Amino acid sequence: MKATMKTTDLKKLGGGGESDQRSKAAAAQIAGAAAEHGLLDVALGVFESPVGELLLAVTPRGLAYVAFEEEERDELLSRFSRQLSPRILEHPASTDEVRRQLEQYFEGDRTRFELKLDRRLMRGIARDVLAATARVPFGRTTTYGALAERIGRPRASRAVGNALGSNPIPIVVPCHRVLRTGGDVGGYAGGPSRKRRLLTLEGSLPATRTP
Amino acid sequence: MSDRSRVVRGVVASQIVELPPFSEFLEEHRGTVYRFLMAAVGPHEADDCFQDTFVAALRAYPRLTDASRLDRWILRIASRKAIDHHRAAGRRAIPSDELPERPALPGGQPEFDGDLRAAVSSLPPKQRVAVVHRHVLDRSYADVAEALGISEEAARANVYQGVKKLRELMG
Repeated sequence: MKATMKTTDLKKLGGGGESDQRSKAAAAQIAGAAAEHGLLDVALGVFESPVGELLLAVTPRGLAYVAFEEEERDELLSRFSRQLSPRILEHPASTDEVRRQLEQYFEGDRTRFELKLDRRLMRGIARDVLAATARVPFGRTTTYGALAERIGRPRASRAVGNALGSNPIPIVVPCHRVLRTGGDVGGYAGGPSRKRRLLTLEGSLPATRTP
Repeated sequence: MSDRSRVVRGVVASQIVELPPFSEFLEEHRGTVYRFLMAAVGPHEADDCFQDTFVAALRAYPRLTDASRLDRWILRIASRKAIDHHRAAGRRAIPSDELPERPALPGGQPEFDGDLRAAVSSLPPKQRVAVVHRHVLDRSYADVAEALGISEEAARANVYQGVKKLRELMG
């Protein structure tokens, strides 16, 4: 004895709640497949650091962005979508090398990052300022004024400050090594306490000043 | 669909559409696409078709000129993958425990033993996909037509014929 089929019976073929679970697992595989096909333009990963969770964005050209945890994720991703590519997916494996070097840095086992950088999110004068910043070595510091002079714009220390504040790749491009003349640590996109923490780690500030 | 994804900015001689990050797009549509594929190709093939669908979407994504109805767009791709899959599966004759042995007796009525999924999988691909859009996803005939690239009239006819066959098969 068979019941007459009702079109509403067809609904259950969709799998209901099971489909949601299965779709989640299937969606997690997409980034890997995308990477294999060369279709992953912006890979996202996370690194748990002593200065909080860092969101990393890696493109085929290199590391494009390091975000501190308070940066709004949706806004960041929209910006990547506009300025890099909308082909953005979480793919921690693509950020492995960055995470490995960050870990060594925070463990005190690395004083120089050897990473390819994608500088597309640096605009205008920021490119020059950040290129000069990248040459300030571990354990050393410089000042806004000195940096302005180094890029041939001696009166532009305010613009230099702004450029440093917009650094898309903090820690790796060490804008925390640029201080105010007179020794005050000055501002930092990630907040002055993070700046002090990084400077302490590098031995540029005495350990006692770390909160 | 958020307002943001509708924003269209005019650029010299062309238009650039502001697309949501693909991660957001995937998260928003994965559930619907998966339900569609579960019903249209079955649980064993759904994962493969799901991956093919989203990889194809990713390939075309940056060139999209309209970000307003991405749900329609992804279901159109999934429909193509479901139909292609059916053709490829026919050629390869994949053994599957989900498809019971169908006696290929000429003129004989296959016994489906009340298995609705098997009955659905026996439909011609276009009818099957049309029925799934209409009765699993509850989509309008206009959407069914758009997903299959056919007229609305043809969409109605495909759904009608498909349901009719299912009723016959299911007794």
